[in-house]
Amino acid sequence: MNDRAGCDPFGVPPTPHALELSHVVKRYGEITAVNGLDLVVPDGACVGLLGPNGAGKSTTMRMLTAQTIADEGQITVLGHELPGDSKAARARMGVVPQLDNLDTTLTVEQNLVVFSHLYRVPKARRKAAIERVLKIANLGERRDSKVDELSGGMRRRLLIGRALIHQPQLVLLDEPTVGLDPQVRQELWALIDLLRSEGVSILMSTHYIEEAERLCDSVTIVSHGSAVAVGAPADLVVEHAGRDAVEIYGSPERLVEVEAEMAKEGFPTRRTGTSIAVLGLDDAAGRAPAGERRPANLEDVFVLLTGEEIA
Amino acid sequence: MSTVPLEEREPGRLERTAIGGVLVREIINFSSYWRSTTFSSTVEPTIYLLAFGFGFGSLVSVVGGYNYIDFVATGTVATAVLFSSIFPAMFGTFIKYKFQHTYDAILAAPVDTEELVTGEALWLAMRASVYGCAPLLVGIVFGLDPSWGMLAVPAINFVAGYGWACTGVAIAGWLKGIENFNYVTSAVITPLFLVAGTFFPLTGLPGWVQALAQLNPLFHCVQLVRHAAFGWEGWADVWNFSFLILFGLLMWRVAIAAMERKLID
Repeated sequence: MNDRAGCDPFGVPPTPHALELSHVVKRYGEITAVNGLDLVVPDGACVGLLGPNGAGKSTTMRMLTAQTIADEGQITVLGHELPGDSKAARARMGVVPQLDNLDTTLTVEQNLVVFSHLYRVPKARRKAAIERVLKIANLGERRDSKVDELSGGMRRRLLIGRALIHQPQLVLLDEPTVGLDPQVRQELWALIDLLRSEGVSILMSTHYIEEAERLCDSVTIVSHGSAVAVGAPADLVVEHAGRDAVEIYGSPERLVEVEAEMAKEGFPTRRTGTSIAVLGLDDAAGRAPAGERRPANLEDVFVLLTGEEIA
Repeated sequence: MSTVPLEEREPGRLERTAIGGVLVREIINFSSYWRSTTFSSTVEPTIYLLAFGFGFGSLVSVVGGYNYIDFVATGTVATAVLFSSIFPAMFGTFIKYKFQHTYDAILAAPVDTEELVTGEALWLAMRASVYGCAPLLVGIVFGLDPSWGMLAVPAINFVAGYGWACTGVAIAGWLKGIENFNYVTSAVITPLFLVAGTFFPLTGLPGWVQALAQLNPLFHCVQLVRHAAFGWEGWADVWNFSFLILFGLLMWRVAIAAMERKLID
């Protein structure tokens, strides 16, 4: 983003990582929500935090704003140690929550005015900051509309825009497109891609595989509170699922048989709901089973590693 | 340039910019619902004043040396302050926390719970300060003599309103469900409201009730307003005012602790 140096008010020297979690643990009584999580967002990168429901994504996101305090481990955000220094970190990052928490009786512009104050945009820059966000979020013509009158997609764009009012260096997006139809999702992807192109560091939690594949430079797949794989989406696919997958269709009984046969052959499999996808076929040579061949994808890796169906 | 602008300082505790941000949010939101709030906050105590003033006033003309309408008009100020601070604090805080998720958004910005609670309580205290004057103005219309001391009433209302607002925030932070508010309203607020010398003097009550009333902030607010209107009573009013300040400070910290427990896990 332009002129971001002006929003780096605390004189913290630039670090190679916008965000770093090291062996972070969070327990709620008997339940360990985050279990030794390591996570890095390099400066200027878009990292996806990919995991099924209950994997610890939302807890991790809350820990980054110090609304949840880790029991163990270290968290550094934009060079600030959390939770002690979290206020300085929060001043330099934007957060897009999963749940819409806009002030619904206010207009689009009033919502932005409120957050320009909360994010300490200096008075002289406030008007320009609001105009900039209205343009980014493509809401200029709806500036005087009450939030109640906006469509779901517009509200999401406003939520994202609100988080950009102070030109943050890091943006946390918690399930940014959950519950939205495909057209609106594409609109938001374009908006997130714009941020990426402007060098904003992004951590995006999602359970939409396509979203992570399209937008993220790298993904961290989490399961039961721990990172089970880290890397660029394409690399993870090749490493864990191979280049191609073979899908075998049949009755439920037949699919159970296929699973057992492939396990005997040493090929990993995963259920797709209507078929069994056989993975890891790069070195299979003539042993590859007959079926519908397709390129392996991140969803294969996701289900393979988390061992859970996508919610 | 020798002075570093506030926005560029290392953040500390209880910052003016953070509290100001919370206040701006409240003020802008208020522009969308001020009519209904102003209606309920002024009409309700006015109805109490008229009902008790004219109802009992027809049976009792003088109470504690005051004309009964004057007695009730000054007493109802404290009630107006209580109602316009503790209830919005209880319900507003709970709704913003539980249903609107407003606090998640505010605490993701460079605002701490301490500043959030302080800003919201300050705003409710300002509102209560103004709304609390309504019964006094209605009383003047019905014959209460204006006095210079009445100019201190907004300040008294502000201090009392701050304490009650913090009490409301603490209740919302402490209770798990909004339905539990009924217990607090019936078991705490109603007795406080009745045993404060608002509608009748406490001198007719048993000694132990009079002693307990000394711990009721509403009683001290009633006393101060009455003395502001009819004549200050020296050290007694210093004590009344000090009590309200101590009440405000205590409940401020209790509210912060309750909300930190609720908002930060």
